[in-house]
Amino acid sequence: MKAAVVVFPGSNCDRDLAVAFEQAGFDVSMVWHKDSALPEGVDIVGVPGGFSYGDYLRCGAIAAQSPICKAVVEHANRGGYALGVCNGFQVLTETGVLPGALLRNAGLKYICRTVDLKVATSDSVFTEGYNAGDVIGIPIAHHDGNYFADADTVAQLQDQDRVAFTYADNPNGSIADIAGILSENRKVLGMMPHPERAADEGHGGTDGVAVFRALMGIVATA
Amino acid sequence: MQEPAITSELIESHGLSPAEYDRILEIMGRVPTYTELGIFSAMWNEHCSYKSSKKWLRTLPTEGPQVICGPGENAGIVDIGDGQCVVFKMESHNHPSYIEPYQGAATGVGGILRDVFTMGARPIAAMNSLSFGEPAHHKTTQLVNGVVEGVGGYGNCFGVPCVGGEVRFHPAYNGNCLVNAFAAGLADTDKIFYSAASGIGMPVVYLGAKTGRDGVGGATMASAEFDDTIEEKRPTVQVGDPFTEKRLMEATLELMGTGAVISIQDMGAAGLTCSAVEMGDKGGLGVKLNLEDVPQREENMTAYEMMLSESQERMLMVLNPELEAEARAVFVKWDLDFAIVGETIAEDRFLILHNGEVKADLPLATLAGSAPEYDRPWVPTPAAEPLTDADVPTIDPIDGLKGLISSPNYAGKQWVYEQYDTTVMGDTARRPGVGSGLIRVHGTEKMLAFTSDVTPRYVKANPTEGGKQAVAEAYRNLTAVGAKPLATTDNLNFGNPEKPEIMGQFVGALDGIGQAVAALDMPIVSGNVSLYNETDGQGILPTPTIGAVGLVAAGEEPIIGEARDGHVALLIGDTLGHLGQSALLAEVFNREDGDAPAVDLDAEKRNGDFVRNNRDYIKVCTDLSDGGLALAAFELAEAGGVGVQIDASDTPTLFGEDQARYLVACNFDQAEALMLAAGQAGVTLTTVGKFGGDTVKIGGSEAPLAELSEIFRSSFAATVA
Repeated sequence: MKAAVVVFPGSNCDRDLAVAFEQAGFDVSMVWHKDSALPEGVDIVGVPGGFSYGDYLRCGAIAAQSPICKAVVEHANRGGYALGVCNGFQVLTETGVLPGALLRNAGLKYICRTVDLKVATSDSVFTEGYNAGDVIGIPIAHHDGNYFADADTVAQLQDQDRVAFTYADNPNGSIADIAGILSENRKVLGMMPHPERAADEGHGGTDGVAVFRALMGIVATA
Repeated sequence: MQEPAITSELIESHGLSPAEYDRILEIMGRVPTYTELGIFSAMWNEHCSYKSSKKWLRTLPTEGPQVICGPGENAGIVDIGDGQCVVFKMESHNHPSYIEPYQGAATGVGGILRDVFTMGARPIAAMNSLSFGEPAHHKTTQLVNGVVEGVGGYGNCFGVPCVGGEVRFHPAYNGNCLVNAFAAGLADTDKIFYSAASGIGMPVVYLGAKTGRDGVGGATMASAEFDDTIEEKRPTVQVGDPFTEKRLMEATLELMGTGAVISIQDMGAAGLTCSAVEMGDKGGLGVKLNLEDVPQREENMTAYEMMLSESQERMLMVLNPELEAEARAVFVKWDLDFAIVGETIAEDRFLILHNGEVKADLPLATLAGSAPEYDRPWVPTPAAEPLTDADVPTIDPIDGLKGLISSPNYAGKQWVYEQYDTTVMGDTARRPGVGSGLIRVHGTEKMLAFTSDVTPRYVKANPTEGGKQAVAEAYRNLTAVGAKPLATTDNLNFGNPEKPEIMGQFVGALDGIGQAVAALDMPIVSGNVSLYNETDGQGILPTPTIGAVGLVAAGEEPIIGEARDGHVALLIGDTLGHLGQSALLAEVFNREDGDAPAVDLDAEKRNGDFVRNNRDYIKVCTDLSDGGLALAAFELAEAGGVGVQIDASDTPTLFGEDQARYLVACNFDQAEALMLAAGQAGVTLTTVGKFGGDTVKIGGSEAPLAELSEIFRSSFAATVA
């Protein structure tokens, strides 16, 4: 199975995400932001954490205009799988693949710590390895992780069971405690916490592994 | 543009003494041009020339079989086996951080990261040691917030995990905070890059961000002539751009892979001047620069400004001309400037041309090698009066503990390190909080441990013992996670070296540091000196920060367990109850009297070896330092979320700061095995209590762990945030 990880000049979790995909059994290629096409036969695209183009403007806003993002959007529109983590989530909201936006943390400070997430649905290729209601420990590391969407959109996300994860103890002011959401076809996940940083014993926790493993199983049998 | 005439005011405003100017006249055989004067002042200032400290720095042990490159290059390099090495250094950015905390701290982080990746190493860990004035001082809160945000803002974007550091408060830093930034990187030993140029007629290439007027001579701002000609004044603190730094790092490492790099040097203090002179001097060559080819961010920049600019995120490289196209392609890929700005020449000249006009023509080797060196007068620090029996206070143990953990000096530092990305790169095995941080060497079973330590109170009372203690504490912190200490970087922050008492502190501290790194086999491989840390004649506490790196070899388990219900508390080392200059006296009794604790380097070595050799039985360990047994026991209990009972009740036993000690939590079987091993090794090992329950009970006094934990976790933010 093939995964592609997008590399913006300011990506800094690209290797981490690639390692997590590899450990789950994917064949991973890195894709440069100036490329306008994804490699042939890619099953899933990973949009990693970091500071894509410096993020001196709204996080992810410039990245959303990059050549590779046009290809990522086309891939998603064709029904392809995509996972955006942290800055990758911000980028996916900026491209419109996922609704809403990520604002500055309510406390105005950058926060890096492991938080408890509640698995809000197991009905997706990313969360099938969990049970709804499971509490998992996953690190966050962001300055702009305060998820916001208008009331209609939030209601729609909830009605369609598209909230993937919520914070047990909301660290950043996200509306409805939302930490991660799914696209309408449930094939795109954007989340602020970093499952790739809880993916092997050495990380002090492996609660993130299921995101990649479940994905591998499902993509492989799809 | 007419350059200002050289007057005695102009010379003075460049920080050059009359004697130093006479030396310039002697070297040149003529009056220097304005640009040449600027170049001399850049090369001869304390920061670049180490003119007050060099004599003493030479006395430090810098060699060992593990050392690949000692002081003198951008960073030190130490072998970690399997063809890999760790490249590290610590450097201060004190004055800029006091003037503009966010950017001062941010560019301090940027500078040290550049030092590391210039040598071909990808940064894998950062730390920072911060010293601020008393919390109640009107500047302190603003400085703490700005510095912490600046460190985080730069490092988080760049993408290097922060694994440790220190934050301290003392009135002596009210007018002069300290920001010491550490970075370490990983490289293959056969792919290290140095600064010495080689080959004649080789292109000199400018890489990275464009040159602006930021950082140009604060010294020259004072001269009227300069005011009349400069378009606008700029702050002397540079502005950092971590996104550009990240790209510069990636591009530089990629460029090194092409084989195009003959030598490379980052542009730090005094930018283009220092880097070009360094590369030429080390290679025994001259350098010619054409300044019109330098990528410029602002219009009408003069030769003087370009040579002295400290714009960030820039590098200078000597290029293999046959690979120019490949090299240029890498920088185009990363959207960074790549410009050939000069060449190496055979003659011993530093020749600066601007639009064909000679702006400076200096003998390069002499410029590099003839910086003044001073043997500053010094007086030994008078021996501190030891505490007498009557001076030793008594306090209820829980009250003493609360006094410590409610002070921002000893409260938990979550508020600080949660603003830093501590887990990026996916190899963090132990985050900041208690003792050393640990990073896995990517793709291997090895780990590297990092710590930064110094107890300035001790150094002030007794520079030699204080210097030893800083190294010994670093040694213990590395040991407590099961790492073998490898080598050290020192960041020596002191007051005005022209005062014999201050110079005496410096000399004493270096003596202690030298003795300790020799005895504990952790040579100094890099470092930085920051002098003149004074405001209104008041010097800071002497603060020689020790950054140290240790290795957990493949197949060895790190010691990173947590205390559990039923664990026995074992103390390694001898307890004499030394309370002089202790944290308890300072924080609870507002006293800074007595002598620093003595450091027995043989005992340090013996007890450290004991911990490492018995890792089969030691799964939970911390070193004892500030706050002694009481604070160490509380910290282990707090981290493990379990209560603790310590049998002793007397103040010196609980809060004394005797050195060479560790606290271990283990089960009965492990304790038994350790008792046997200790007897054989001649190490003192005593049972001091046990872990369990949900209270902290010391002697006859107790409090719920939850209550103490709340104090520990909230006091820092409550005091300074």
